[in-house]
Amino acid sequence: MDDIDDSIKPERIVFVTVGTTCFDALVKVVDTPEVKQELFNKGYTQLLIQIGRGSYIPTKSSGEGGCLAVDCFTFSSSIADNLRSASLVISHAGSGSIFETLQLRKLLIVVVNEDLMDNHQSELAEELAERKHLFCASPQTLLHTIKALSLETLAPYHPGDARPVAKLMNRFLGFLEY
Amino acid sequence: MEKGINCCFSAMMTNSYTFVITSIAAFIVMRVLYVIYWSGKPLCTKPAKPFSTLIVLGSGGHTAEMLNLLSVLNTDRFAPRFYIAAATDNMSLQKARLFENSLIDKTGVVENAQFMQIYRSREVGQSYLTSVGTTLIAITHALWLMIKIRPQVIICNGPGTCVPLCVIAFLFKVVGIRWSSTFYVESIARVKRLSLSGLLLYQLRMADQFFVQWPQLQKKYPRAHHVGCLM
Repeated sequence: MDDIDDSIKPERIVFVTVGTTCFDALVKVVDTPEVKQELFNKGYTQLLIQIGRGSYIPTKSSGEGGCLAVDCFTFSSSIADNLRSASLVISHAGSGSIFETLQLRKLLIVVVNEDLMDNHQSELAEELAERKHLFCASPQTLLHTIKALSLETLAPYHPGDARPVAKLMNRFLGFLEY
Repeated sequence: MEKGINCCFSAMMTNSYTFVITSIAAFIVMRVLYVIYWSGKPLCTKPAKPFSTLIVLGSGGHTAEMLNLLSVLNTDRFAPRFYIAAATDNMSLQKARLFENSLIDKTGVVENAQFMQIYRSREVGQSYLTSVGTTLIAITHALWLMIKIRPQVIICNGPGTCVPLCVIAFLFKVVGIRWSSTFYVESIARVKRLSLSGLLLYQLRMADQFFVQWPQLQKKYPRAHHVGCLM
């Protein structure tokens, strides 16, 4: 009976991505027992970590005996499939990953890398967090953010539109718009 | 007597030298002012032919934004298209190739695009001091590429590689090699402050049209157009 129960139990994947960067601080913090336990308590079953150029390799686990299954990889040409299958995405603050995740309407926590020299990336994450499209955290506050996670407070992101730029460009260059 | 004539003659020569130099300088200043005056003003003639277009790609997010913009532009008007990406960045040109291939599938038009790589003036995380040397190399390479392409339209959205290209395009306007229109779209990642490239192009008035995606930035930089989010 137990076996059947296990197979019925829905898979809920947490996908962690650092893009093409090196962000060991994030990988390390999601690999801590506290964070993994908290994710498990929230009902997540699997943790998939894309570690990019980082050198810290998280401990893999098959997820038996009441804990989270953990797996990792370095790069992939497209993380679209990983994002699509995830229930929760924990991402670095690169705009590419942020918008790819938001457009798939996934629950998203953005973790800002505080070690970068020119840290403009936090601007975007903070602005989108203020507009309630995602949660913004630092490696230190990630555990707290996961504990406080709730879907109700978020507003869906409506994809932007490049047509206003195209219109202004066309007008500038003298193309008549019909 | 003869000495006096010589003296007088050399004085005249010096005078005429200074005259020639000042007039050349004045001419250059006038020409630069003329170009600055007409840059940023819409073209008044209706274009008869498509514009050869240079598209500067950045990494990751920048490229996604750029391709989003290109997908709503009427590409027959912007042809041929030259894509430039940093030499260290293989992903962006690959994505641009995919985009161009999708255009061929959609319209059936033969490919009208070329793909090139350029040395970067500054890597992410590189110190500003060493950036000076690498920028000089990047400028030389940029000049070579620009002489080959001579674009009429330049579209860029923030990678450091676009600054030398835009400066050269401006010089081409001054010298009269090629008149071009530069469009700069500040990246969506910039909410409160412009990027270094954006700030330079804005202050030097080298972008004919300057777009920002957040209202906060437009308030700070009134010559910019606020166009909302592209992503």
